[in-house]
Amino acid sequence: MIQVHKTTDSKLSLSHILVAYAALTIGGICGMLQGLVRGGVIELPYGIGYYQVLTAHGVLMALVFTTFFIIGFLYAGMVRTTGPLLPTVNKIAWVGFLMMTVGTVLGVIMVLLNKATVLYTFYAPMKASPWFYVALVLIVVGSWCALVAIVSQFRYWKRTHKGKISPLFAFMAASTMILWFIATLGVAATVLLQFIPWSFGWVDTINVMISRTLFWYFGHPLVYFWLLPTYVVWYVILPKMIGGKIFSDSMARLAFILFLIFSVPVGLHHQLMEPGISPTWKYIQVVLTFLVVVPSLMTAFAMFATFESYGRSKGAKGLFGWIRMLPYGDVRFLAPFVGMLLFIPAGAGGIINASNQMNAVVHNTLFVTGHFHLTVATTVALTFFGVTYWLIPHLTGRTFTKKLNRMGIWVTIIWAIGMVIMSAAMHIVGLFGAPRRTAYTTYNDHPVALEWLTYERVMAISGVLLFIAIILLVISIVMMLRAPKGEEEFPIAEVNAAAGQTPAVLDKWWIWIIILAVLIVFAYTMPFIDLINSGPGSKGWVTW
Amino acid sequence: MDARRDQMESKRRENGNNQQEHGQDEPLKGTFASVLMLGAFIAVSWIGVFLLFLNRS
Amino acid sequence: MHIHRLEKLWIIIGTAMLVVFLVAIGIGAYAMGNHPPGHTSSIKLDPEKVYETPPFDNPGLEKIGENEYNAYIVAYIYGYNPGNIEIPVGATVHFYVTSADVVHGFNIPGTIVNMMAIPGEVNEMTYTFDEPAEYLLLCNEYCGIGHEYMATTITVKG
Repeated sequence: MIQVHKTTDSKLSLSHILVAYAALTIGGICGMLQGLVRGGVIELPYGIGYYQVLTAHGVLMALVFTTFFIIGFLYAGMVRTTGPLLPTVNKIAWVGFLMMTVGTVLGVIMVLLNKATVLYTFYAPMKASPWFYVALVLIVVGSWCALVAIVSQFRYWKRTHKGKISPLFAFMAASTMILWFIATLGVAATVLLQFIPWSFGWVDTINVMISRTLFWYFGHPLVYFWLLPTYVVWYVILPKMIGGKIFSDSMARLAFILFLIFSVPVGLHHQLMEPGISPTWKYIQVVLTFLVVVPSLMTAFAMFATFESYGRSKGAKGLFGWIRMLPYGDVRFLAPFVGMLLFIPAGAGGIINASNQMNAVVHNTLFVTGHFHLTVATTVALTFFGVTYWLIPHLTGRTFTKKLNRMGIWVTIIWAIGMVIMSAAMHIVGLFGAPRRTAYTTYNDHPVALEWLTYERVMAISGVLLFIAIILLVISIVMMLRAPKGEEEFPIAEVNAAAGQTPAVLDKWWIWIIILAVLIVFAYTMPFIDLINSGPGSKGWVTW
Repeated sequence: MDARRDQMESKRRENGNNQQEHGQDEPLKGTFASVLMLGAFIAVSWIGVFLLFLNRS
Repeated sequence: MHIHRLEKLWIIIGTAMLVVFLVAIGIGAYAMGNHPPGHTSSIKLDPEKVYETPPFDNPGLEKIGENEYNAYIVAYIYGYNPGNIEIPVGATVHFYVTSADVVHGFNIPGTIVNMMAIPGEVNEMTYTFDEPAEYLLLCNEYCGIGHEYMATTITVKG
């Protein structure tokens, strides 16, 4: 067996993971401060702005933590399922890592200097320093190196294993990166063609609606870029963790293909309350949005089936006897499992958000903030935390100790409680109309706004709880890096024998990419024609 | 080309055999009950906000 | 490809549920006119000349019928022009909203009036105020350092 931890591949993965956790730590401090300010508990010292902290929180958590972790994790899994990275692939991967890291540092500096207090959505015509947009370009182009690396490695495997179905992990990793590439074309277009020329002063105005539409063309598949690696863990790794099998290889691939196809042409459901887009095209994209729910319904079935089938093989009786057979005492299972359960309310909230005119009840309220703290900050984050507890030992040639497990279980419990309380408060107060992305205010003691304060205090308290979990997590990571030497395997489950052969068509990318391209052209052509014909653009504003 | 078609044919046959061998689906009543509860949760949440929307419009 | 019998059943049930949701909002939108807010009319605004362009050269209420009004409102950092609108109970108001600078929100909590004010575009939404109250109108899109102060009231008199 190759000793993974001595290779440059493992250093590559580890570097990504460590940058991810550095981002999570700083982003977590920002998150706690925000909660305390919004709840009216503290005021920020030294002229630090609430919205500055909010920008840092969003960029570091939503863009940096997720992207670095995902790419580092996928590299490790590619090595496990397709062998060591080819030398050129490894080099490209390192170039990508450096670009992304430089981009992150540059972006954070711009935010700290208060030159880019535009939040992570950077809506025009607010105009940040051009270097903030350059930083975003570096992060995105760096991530494209990861795309090239992973897809090249995947194709190399296919070339050297003619006629065989690709390893499920490698297939899922490649589809995740292809989704990411197609999505980031939108943000790259708006940043390169609109924001950079405008912020450097080469052009005077910007078409605001085009920039928003390109942003959300990217912004929704972005959330699937977070979710797909989470599903990789659930489909391919969790069954191994409990000692069971993958329920169905072909259904897992089919789910990923459906995600690839339907998660892009849906961005308008983030713009339902906006002018300039015809209601019919909004509704069409709402329908497409609902289609992307179907592979998640399939995933829910596959997960319960994996657990039930394992439980029954261990002699579980009755309708729900299998629930008691799962290894809840193992953080590597517990954390993703809790994330899975909390994806149920998260998904329900998502369907509500996307429901066309119904979006008026929740649009830009804290309901939405509550929603994505359940999806990305609970489901995705807890799954990644669970992975971290075996992945870092695997990459560094250390053992996963009992003590680490205990720490991990505490992290999971505190994080889950913190997020459940915070998200519940956000959902409820959002239904009352409390706006998201807003500092402490009572709107001149308006009675409607005064009713929100209790909930905002609850959010502040749970923010502190979440920060405690992050401290424990950081301590765990330091402990992992110093744990006794040994071997920790990268768990990859086998497919259930009853699942049947995987049809080769599922492994044929070009078919699915063509279907996706057709759908994108269908869903976006008319809205774009309407928007390009709108009036003069906007000059830039610095309002912070 | 022909070789590949043969390969696919044999795979299809294998597939058929597999299904015959495992003609009986494994018991997944608990799974089905679980996803139905999940569906019910989604429906109740959605209808709740839908009624709120109607009430406010 | 083998799919478990219960999985097929679940996918059918789940998809049917989604179709029911889509039909419900589709009927609301197309048969009952409850479309999400939006306006794709030919009014093209230069964001620099909002106050020179009709109807926003004369922002405020315009009575167009028995207890029915057009409200032309300009969102700006950090307020609404005009603010503190007063209307009689039962009034139907057609809001026409744009922005004079950055993107703003236009939200009246407790109602379904919730839309984006975007420079260069006009957003539109109709609402009937059946309850007398002092409604809060606030900006729910981050617009700058004073965002949390951007609010006014709409007083519905009984």
